[in-house]
Amino acid sequence: MDCKQPNDQTSAEMADVLSFVTTGNARPLLHEIRHALDKLLAIGETTIIDLGALPFGPGDARELEDILGQGEIDATMTIMGRSHVRETGVPGVWRIDHFDEEDEVQSRFIEITFMPDILKTQREDAERGLEHLRERLAELEGNRQT
Amino acid sequence: MPNKPMLKDLMKTHGVSRRAFMKYCASLASVMALSPAMVPRIAEALENAPRTSVIWLSFQECTGCTEAITRSHAPTIEDMIFNAISLDYHHTLQAASGHAAEEAREHAMKEHWGEYLVVVDGSIPIKDPGYSTIAGISNLDMLKDTAAGAAAIVSVGTCAAYGGVGHADPNPTGAVAVSEIIKDKPIINVPGCPPIPVVMTGVLAHFLSLGIPELDELGRPKAFFGNAIHDRCYRRPFYDKGLFANGFDDEGAKEGWCLYKLGCKGPTTKAACATVKWNNGVSFPIEAGHPCLGCTEPDFWDNGGFYKPLSVPSGDYRRLGLAAVAGGAAAGVAGGLLAKATKAKAAKAHETVDAHDLEKSS
Repeated sequence: MDCKQPNDQTSAEMADVLSFVTTGNARPLLHEIRHALDKLLAIGETTIIDLGALPFGPGDARELEDILGQGEIDATMTIMGRSHVRETGVPGVWRIDHFDEEDEVQSRFIEITFMPDILKTQREDAERGLEHLRERLAELEGNRQT
Repeated sequence: MPNKPMLKDLMKTHGVSRRAFMKYCASLASVMALSPAMVPRIAEALENAPRTSVIWLSFQECTGCTEAITRSHAPTIEDMIFNAISLDYHHTLQAASGHAAEEAREHAMKEHWGEYLVVVDGSIPIKDPGYSTIAGISNLDMLKDTAAGAAAIVSVGTCAAYGGVGHADPNPTGAVAVSEIIKDKPIINVPGCPPIPVVMTGVLAHFLSLGIPELDELGRPKAFFGNAIHDRCYRRPFYDKGLFANGFDDEGAKEGWCLYKLGCKGPTTKAACATVKWNNGVSFPIEAGHPCLGCTEPDFWDNGGFYKPLSVPSGDYRRLGLAAVAGGAAAGVAGGLLAKATKAKAAKAHETVDAHDLEKSS
């Protein structure tokens, strides 16, 4: 956490101590997720929670991870840096972490949804893809004719 | 400046996918502390953003704010947003200088009268206009002249927002903030010494996408300046438990405990340092082991010492300074008397405050 460079042993001890530092925000967040999942099932409404907006200690992150766990889907996308999208062990609850091109965290979200939008092909991209495919095919046809 | 394409066209030219744009907008909303539900609105507005002309005026400043903002964009989509803005005048960054540069400013003003955005960094000296001039034009005249046709003004850095270091006691140049001079235009203050780069670009993006952001009583966007650093600090749990570092190399410092006793101004300083952080989210001063100096607050240079805990009364430093100047030969006597009075006042005012008392009063 700090810029000082303790020896490996101190560093490991420190990391262990810090991993128990909590702000107490994990529990209410988990309840918020529960309410959101209720809503998703009842009326199909998606909820997005911005983890960057909450004071969150390493201990909170550990508690959240312990309870939510890892689910069936784990996708890494390369879009202007890495994006990590994974379904947690609670189906319908997704973790979305965006990183920049230097692999620094840009933003972190919990999305309560059947399918995060970012995973879907965007219409504009599909349109551009179609255009590209047509151009390549036209090139191919042109080459054959000559 | 050449006629620049809209962001949508730029994205297409550079092969940036819609998905990448959505990722950018999601991160931007997070940085702007806006609800993720606002993402589609931000995306739509940014895509259709007109190429707003921006005139950047640098007055009594150290160029730190410009240095900071240039660090905010590698060639990414943020860079494109900057390209989508037409930066028509910035005398540190533009190639032209002197009268040629001034012509560019005048041309941009004429072309976009009533619609351009003025960004100011640095304070304005009003004691003598000759203290700071550009191409023979005083800062005061240039500000008044340029602000007249502006849609809004962004005061970047604590100098432009509140006078900053130039305004620090005894303020030899009579430095004032933009808001002391311009009274008839919306002014957005983005203080900091310098401000976090992404906060500066975030405010500009907010202006482009959603207009003028909601401001606090000091003219700062609430999205970035809504919370005290203390409220978002990762060392806060140590504060709550009463675990403090008492020196920069004691056991507490080594354990990463709260820096309150070393003068940390986090409890009274509103800024996004603890959440947005610096250098692409790597760290911020408190994480590097140094107390917050409170650089986003007015008069932070004169608030009684960077390393004094907030619970120690700061004394009336400004008044002492003025007395010394006005008193001349009598300053010694007057200063002595004032010092005694101040000491008595401080002693009277001084209550030993511990972390729990402070918590109760906040």
